[in-house]
Amino acid sequence: MLELNDVTKRYGERLALDAVSFSVGDGRLTGFVGGNGAGKTTTMRIILGVLAADGGSVSLDGATLTAADRRRFGYMPEERGLYPKMKVLEQAVYLARLHGWAPAAARRNASELLDRLGLGERFDDTIESLSLGNQQRAQIAAALVHHPEVLVLDEPFSGLDPIAVETVQGVLADAAAGGVPVLFSSHQLDIVERLCDDLVIIAGGRIAASGARDALRAEHGSERWELLTDGDTGWLRERAGITVAEFDGGWAVFEAESDAARQAVLAEAVSRGEVVSFTREHTTLAQIFKEVVR
Amino acid sequence: MSTQSQQAAVAPTRPGEPSFLDSVSLIAGREITMRLRSKAFLVSTGILMLAVLASVVLGSLFGGQSDPAKVAVVGSAATAVEGNPALDPVPVDDEAAGEQLLRDGEVDAVISPAASDPLGITVIGLDQTPSSVVSALAVRPSVELLEPAAVDPGLAYLVAFGFGIVFFMSAITFGSTIAQSVVEEKQTRVVEILLSTVSARALLTGKVIGNSVLAFGQIIAIAALAIVGLLVTGQKVLLGGLGSSVIWFVVFFAIGFVMLAALFAASAAMVSRAEDMGSVTTPVTMLVMIPYFLVIFFFDNPAVLAIMSYVPFSAPVGMPVRIFLGQAEWWEPILSLAILIATTALAVAIGERIYRNTLLKTGSRVPLAEALRG
Repeated sequence: MLELNDVTKRYGERLALDAVSFSVGDGRLTGFVGGNGAGKTTTMRIILGVLAADGGSVSLDGATLTAADRRRFGYMPEERGLYPKMKVLEQAVYLARLHGWAPAAARRNASELLDRLGLGERFDDTIESLSLGNQQRAQIAAALVHHPEVLVLDEPFSGLDPIAVETVQGVLADAAAGGVPVLFSSHQLDIVERLCDDLVIIAGGRIAASGARDALRAEHGSERWELLTDGDTGWLRERAGITVAEFDGGWAVFEAESDAARQAVLAEAVSRGEVVSFTREHTTLAQIFKEVVR
Repeated sequence: MSTQSQQAAVAPTRPGEPSFLDSVSLIAGREITMRLRSKAFLVSTGILMLAVLASVVLGSLFGGQSDPAKVAVVGSAATAVEGNPALDPVPVDDEAAGEQLLRDGEVDAVISPAASDPLGITVIGLDQTPSSVVSALAVRPSVELLEPAAVDPGLAYLVAFGFGIVFFMSAITFGSTIAQSVVEEKQTRVVEILLSTVSARALLTGKVIGNSVLAFGQIIAIAALAIVGLLVTGQKVLLGGLGSSVIWFVVFFAIGFVMLAALFAASAAMVSRAEDMGSVTTPVTMLVMIPYFLVIFFFDNPAVLAIMSYVPFSAPVGMPVRIFLGQAEWWEPILSLAILIATTALAVAIGERIYRNTLLKTGSRVPLAEALRG
């Protein structure tokens, strides 16, 4: 488990990170979301030791991180970069070897991963000759080629087409299934919502919320209910303890004062024999995000 | 999940921590491979080689003995020319025959007897005084030197110039290569991945070693080419005198280059874009250029040369020149080398500090004070 404890970072007068604490469990895909300038990149750089924190600690399985631990991390920085004139395979092999892999094993890791990421045909092309999307895939390969024990990826999905997003999702899910803690940031909240097990929401350098995605959804989820019927739902307005929020013919969204009032609405709708669906309103990550950040 | 089990089947256990030396040799290896793949590097090396070869060949053409001048000799004038190594006499019957040869361009001058002349001969030229023939015939008093110069000054100049230009060219070429490679890593941000994998020290060491190996390889190739060229063109005398100074030059160069490489890398790390590189590497470039120009201007001034041979930045050029001129005592190159090694160690330490502190600072140029403080 990767843990951050009261990590603080100042840039001059500005407090960029204010006592940031959260954890990334083994085998958990953890989404890291926050607005621009909220501190995601700074946090990730501190985890990787590329930037020094002014206070607090980062630990792996209870022990403070050392440079040797970090060497077994996989990292995809916010600012993308590979050697433009190196060939795709050569570059991945080089990075695997820097992590200590023997030449043959490094080559095998690299070609398997690149194949899986859809770069099988581009082994001998230089990085600079690839399209941006393919450069992004090569960048992901660079982060994963040495079979890291911890993955930290800054915006791994930006610039990818939907098919590539799915491929990368698969690669990350497999890494997590192998027990690797995975922390990734993204602005594409729908992807985070679909993919992650846990969520960390950061705003203005502070952790606004963190925990399992489903628990967060339950906690910040809506108290509103959605009723869809064949007929008209106008009768809802007349009922005691019910406030209709939105209404359109056979469809209505309402809040109930009590569970009993809500149950009564369902019973009434059923007795009218016209219910298509009756559900708690779906809470999107975007809604949770807006709520906790506010 | 089939992919995952397949992955698990082929994934060997994670390797142990790579050693500092492993990292350095990988990084140095990459520097060398990428450089050897660059067309610009291969072409410029080829041009440098050609220039060296050309100067050796030209040296043999102009430096060697010129052929004796052909002269037509009329009658008794033959006695005046006899045994003169600079003249190749062609006996003719009379002046008219000699003049005909002169007009035809067969000979450079005609020498005929002249009773009125103190030497008893007249030199006839075509359109101007045939000075090589005249000076060959001139009467000179015998000359004795109390302190003969060990080395011909023209030759000394050539040697000084040669050491200077080789040092200058290599240092500038490979210094800017290192600077470029540092800025490239910053500009493309690959440095962030690298630094999460290897230490800044390993990165800098690998770069300096990789480029030093290249520079050194180039120097040795040039030296080999020059030596073979000198042997082939029969300039053995020059070679014998150069021997020990060339060896000292190679030793000084190897260490001096590491010093410059560390300084180039550190100064380049202070900027984030290739366009800004010139402004920060200029001071280091000056450190390379100054010895070059001092050697060219002051090669005949022993005092200046003596100082230069101890200043670390000019020692790789100054000391070998003094050794060649026979001005250095046996202990002098050793002392100078010790100073150079100490300065290099200091430069590498400062360079590493600047490099480590500035590598991740992107944007505008990092001020030197901040780079040193960290």
